[in-house]
Amino acid sequence: MSVFDRAYDDPVRVLDEDGEVVGDVPDLDEEELVEMYRLMRLARHFDGRAVSLQRQGRMGTYPPLSGQEGAQIGSATALAEDDWMVPSYREHGAALVRGLPLKQTLLYWMGHEAGNKAPEDVNVFPVAVPIASQVPHATGASWASKLRGTDEVFLCYFGDGATSEGDFHEGVNFAGVFDTPTVFFCNNNQWAISVPRERQTRSATLAQKAEAYGIDGVQVDGMDPLAVYSVTTAAVEKARDPETDRPRPTLIEAIQYRFGAHTTADDPTVYRDDDEVERWKAKDPIPRLEAYLRSEGILDDERVAAIETAVEERVADAIDAAEAAARPEPSELFEHAYAELPPELARQREEFAAFREAHGDEAFLEE
Amino acid sequence: MSDTQNLTVVQAVRDGLYSEMREDDDVLVLGQDVGKNGGVFRATEGLYDEFGGDRVVDTPLAESGIVGAAVGMAAMGLRPVPEIQFSGFMYPGFDQIVSHMARFRARSRGRFTVPMTLRAPYGGGIRAPEHHSESKEAFYAHEAGLKVAIPSTPYDAKGLLAASIRDPDPVIFLEPKLIYRAFREEVPEEPYAVPLGEAATRREGDDVAVFTYGAMTRPTLEAAESLAEEGIECQVVDLRTVSPLDREAIVDAFERTGRAVVVHEAPKTGGLAGEITAIIQEEALLYQEAPVKRVTGFDVPYPLYALEDYYLPTAARVEDGILEAVEF
Repeated sequence: MSVFDRAYDDPVRVLDEDGEVVGDVPDLDEEELVEMYRLMRLARHFDGRAVSLQRQGRMGTYPPLSGQEGAQIGSATALAEDDWMVPSYREHGAALVRGLPLKQTLLYWMGHEAGNKAPEDVNVFPVAVPIASQVPHATGASWASKLRGTDEVFLCYFGDGATSEGDFHEGVNFAGVFDTPTVFFCNNNQWAISVPRERQTRSATLAQKAEAYGIDGVQVDGMDPLAVYSVTTAAVEKARDPETDRPRPTLIEAIQYRFGAHTTADDPTVYRDDDEVERWKAKDPIPRLEAYLRSEGILDDERVAAIETAVEERVADAIDAAEAAARPEPSELFEHAYAELPPELARQREEFAAFREAHGDEAFLEE
Repeated sequence: MSDTQNLTVVQAVRDGLYSEMREDDDVLVLGQDVGKNGGVFRATEGLYDEFGGDRVVDTPLAESGIVGAAVGMAAMGLRPVPEIQFSGFMYPGFDQIVSHMARFRARSRGRFTVPMTLRAPYGGGIRAPEHHSESKEAFYAHEAGLKVAIPSTPYDAKGLLAASIRDPDPVIFLEPKLIYRAFREEVPEEPYAVPLGEAATRREGDDVAVFTYGAMTRPTLEAAESLAEEGIECQVVDLRTVSPLDREAIVDAFERTGRAVVVHEAPKTGGLAGEITAIIQEEALLYQEAPVKRVTGFDVPYPLYALEDYYLPTAARVEDGILEAVEF
C-alpha cells in the first residue's frame, strides 16, 4: 500500500517517543543518519544562541524553531541536490541541510539585506514573511521546472495558520490543475501565534485539504525525523516522475510543536499552559533519534560529545562572522530596486549622498 | 472637568476601543491574536475578558477573510473594527478594501453602507522584520470612498478612533507604531471624538509651513524648535487625516508663510506630499515664495533594519529641508 493511501488522520510513524522502531525504517546509511542527527543538534543549538543574541540586543526579532528540527531536517534531507526549497521564515534548520551558511541566516535577522541572498549554488528561495505568500511561488517555480523539463522538485514550507490564507488554496489548486512537481509541507506546530490549530479550520486534519484539490494528502509525526524523511522522499519521488499514476503534487501535514515563542516578540505564556508544552517536549525529536542511533550502535557518548563540540564551534564561528560583517554601506539602500536606477531614484541617491557628506551619519542616527 | 488617564498612544487606542464598545453594542473587534492574547501590541488587551468572544474575535489567519467578513457585518448594520496585525499584511485583504469596503455605498446607491474601521499598526523605526515597517497610506488615500486617519498623540488616537468608528463610512485607521509607547498624555476617560478631516496646528510660526502626520510629527517639531533658536519660526500642521485632507488648514498655513515643507516617511513618488503640493498650487500660487520641499522616505523597498535609520526622515533631514525652503 502506498503511503498516500492511508487515512488522513493516521500519521506515518517510524520511531516512538522513546526512539523505539514502530514503522518502516527508511533506507539511510550510518553516515546519513548521523548527519541528520548532527544537523538537528546544530539547528537546536543555533536556535538557542539566536534567541539569546536577540535578548542581548545583538539581533532583531527572531522566530525560534526548537521542537521543529525533526520536520525540517527530515524533510529537507529528502531533496536531491538540484531540488529547491521554498521557505517561510522559520526554516533555518531546513536551510542548513540545503547548504545555506548560518551566517546568512544570522545576517538576515540582524537586519542586513545580504542575509536574504542565498549563494548561487544553494537552491533556496528568499525568506517569505507574509503568510502563505510563498505557496503560489513554489507552484509556479515547479511548473517552470515541468515546462522546461529540468526535473527539479520544489519543497514548500508553511505553517498551520497559512492553510487559512487564500494564497495557500490558490497555490495548491494550481499545482493540482497543472500537475506540478511540488511538495507542500505544512509544519503544523499547533499555534499561529496565539490562535490554536482548531481555530484555523473546522477540518479534522490539514492533510485532508488535499482532497479538495485532487492531490495526495498525508499526515506524518513531524517530531519523528525518520518518518518525515520517508514520507517526504515518497512525495519527492512521485513529484519527479512524470509517468506516475498519482498526482505529482502532495500535501504533507507534519504534526509538531514549537517549544518556544512565535518570535522573540511573543509571550506564549499568555495563551497556552505549561502542561501542554511539557507534554509535547516529551516528543522532542532529538533525543528520539539519538536513542535510536545509540540502540543501533551508531552513536555513543564519545561521538555525541564530539558532535556537541563541533556544533558549538560552528555556531560560535558563524556568530563571530556575522557580527564582524560591516554595517551595510548606506547607499546600498538604492541598490537592487531596479536593474538600472531610474533618473528620479538616481537623483534621490545623489541628494542622499550630498546630505550625508554635509551632515555626517549622526544626522541619520539621532533618536 | 472630567477625569483623565495618563496614556500612551497604544493605550489610548485600547481605551478608544473600550469606550466605543461600551457605548455601542454593535461595535466589535476581529482579527488575529486580538482576543486572548490582547493583540501583538496589546491594543486590545483586556477587551476579550470585558466583552467576550463574540465581540472580540480571534479569526483564522486570513486578511481577506477578516476584511471581507467585516464588510458583510457592516452592511448588516454592525460596526466592526477589524485589526490587521501589521499594515504590511493588509494586501491579501486589498481586494476587499478597494473593491468592496470603499465602494459598497456607491455601488448600491446608498442601499448598503459599510461603517467599519480597519485598524493597522504602520510605519518604521522599531527594528522590525521585513514587511513590518512600510508606510503605504497613499494607497488608501487614493481610493475613493475611504477615509484615512493617522493619529500622532494619545489624545488624538482615542478621539480619531471614536470618530472613525462612529463615521457612516469606512475608515482606514493607521497607527504609527514607532510612537505607540514613546510618550504619554492626559486622555479623558469619557468618550469623545476628534473630527475626521481637521488638521491640528502644533506650532505657530510665520516663516514656513511644515505639514506632516503620524510618527513624523515629533522629529518635525524637534526641527522647528531647533530652527526657532536661529530665528526661523515654523507653522507645524499635523494633518491627522490624510483623506480627506484639511484643504483649508493647508491653504491658511501656506498663505501665512508663502513657503512649505511636507514631511512623511512614505516614499516620495505618489506620496501625500505631492497632493499637498498640488493643493497649494491650485489655491495659493500667488502667495508662493519658494518651491515646496518634500522630506520623505526614498523610492526604494523599505530596508531591513540595519539601514532603516538612513531611510526615515530625521529632525536633521527635516531641518535641512526647512532651511532649503526658507533660504530659497
